[in-house]
Amino acid sequence: MADPMKIRATSKDGVTEVKVLMSHEMETGQRKDAAGAVVPAWFITDVTAQHNGKTVMQAEFGTSVAKNPYLSFKFKGGAKGDKIVVSWVDNKGDKRTDEGAIA
Amino acid sequence: MIDIKYPIALGVTAALLVMPPAVTAGTKRAAVKAPTTKAKPAPAAAAVEKDAATLDFEKHRAEMEDASPAELFEAKGEDLWKSKRGLKNVSLAESCDLGSGIGVVGGAYVGMPRYFADADAVMDAERRIVWCMVEKQGFNFAEIAKKPFASGNSAPDQTSIVTYVAAQSRNMKIAVPLNDPRVRDVFETGKEVAAYRAGPYDFSCNTCHGSDGKRIRMQNLPNLSKPEGAIIGVQGWPGYRMTGGLMLTHQWRMNDCFRQQRFPEPKYASDVVTALLTYMIGTANGQLYKGPGIKR
Ligand code: HEC
Repeated sequence: MADPMKIRATSKDGVTEVKVLMSHEMETGQRKDAAGAVVPAWFITDVTAQHNGKTVMQAEFGTSVAKNPYLSFKFKGGAKGDKIVVSWVDNKGDKRTDEGAIA
Repeated sequence: MIDIKYPIALGVTAALLVMPPAVTAGTKRAAVKAPTTKAKPAPAAAAVEKDAATLDFEKHRAEMEDASPAELFEAKGEDLWKSKRGLKNVSLAESCDLGSGIGVVGGAYVGMPRYFADADAVMDAERRIVWCMVEKQGFNFAEIAKKPFASGNSAPDQTSIVTYVAAQSRNMKIAVPLNDPRVRDVFETGKEVAAYRAGPYDFSCNTCHGSDGKRIRMQNLPNLSKPEGAIIGVQGWPGYRMTGGLMLTHQWRMNDCFRQQRFPEPKYASDVVTALLTYMIGTANGQLYKGPGIKR
């Protein structure tokens, strides 16, 4: 199973900024290992963020995103203590969902 | 590529730092030049180039530090520190003394290297953690030493634990107990090791790190013999290295510099590494440690 994400969210003047760190290899499928065999592509394809159950951000990731990706985004609304839930799915179907609260 | 579909999002930034890991070991040897090279660069041009690049990198680093992937290892390390593991099925939290009592992690990192009576040795943080894993939890040292540092897609457990422990000293002052004669003795050994010249290029650590203003390629080389330089050599370790996306410890940095120096790599968690770290961290005494960081 994938390691947990780190989610931090802060609200200011009616705008919430969310910062997410994901733990993922993000293999491009372009590299070869020491034996010359291609290392198969393995990357996050979809990321979704919800605020109090409502989707506020949806993104498609590809192989140009770095290993252990960092994503930050802002949305209108959100108050201290509200729940932010972030989920990702990768090209192997592995997934992970974590939550954080707005500080 | 990031394709944002949802209109509510006001602004999105993602780490688009594509720095693929070294494909095969050995292919990424640093092109190291003897810093005593006689060719003088055109001073003005060189200075401007360096500043622009340095500033740019610092901006990038500041952004990355805001949400450093090191935190992922910190979280993993906390879990490992608190879990019952090893043949003896005990946790480090209930068995390992990092200097201030069993299980105490707050401020422990900035207080090491220090002398540990139970091991009758001066140990740096990583060495002490490995010692606890072996002595308290029953892990096999030879197994741990087979692959002591992160590479490819995995980081060893102790790397995450070191990261967790280091994070519990965030924004604390470095306080290596140099007034302890046993620590002072190891410090002096480290100072000698740093000055010891040998190998095909007759390098010592000090050849590259013993005076101000040296650099190799784009990397500024800290002058480890002064407190201002020593803290640069300590700050940000353990660090998440963007090249390859690896979490690496201060011990790794020592080993890799021995390699750059064309010396044989020291044995894992050995005296010589502790000595160098005691010298370097001790020289940085009194300065603020900012916690695990980001390296290029
Ligand atoms: C041939 C020159 C050379 C020699 C000799 C050398 N180093 Fe280094 N050192 C480097 C380079 C290059 C870097 C990497 C800088 C970078 O990647 O940003 C470095 C980085 C470091 C750092 C990390 C600095 C930072 O900013 O985090 C430390 C600490 C260090 N070296 C210590 C040592 C010690 C101790 C020795 C002796 C065992 C040594 N070095 C020998 C070239 C050298």
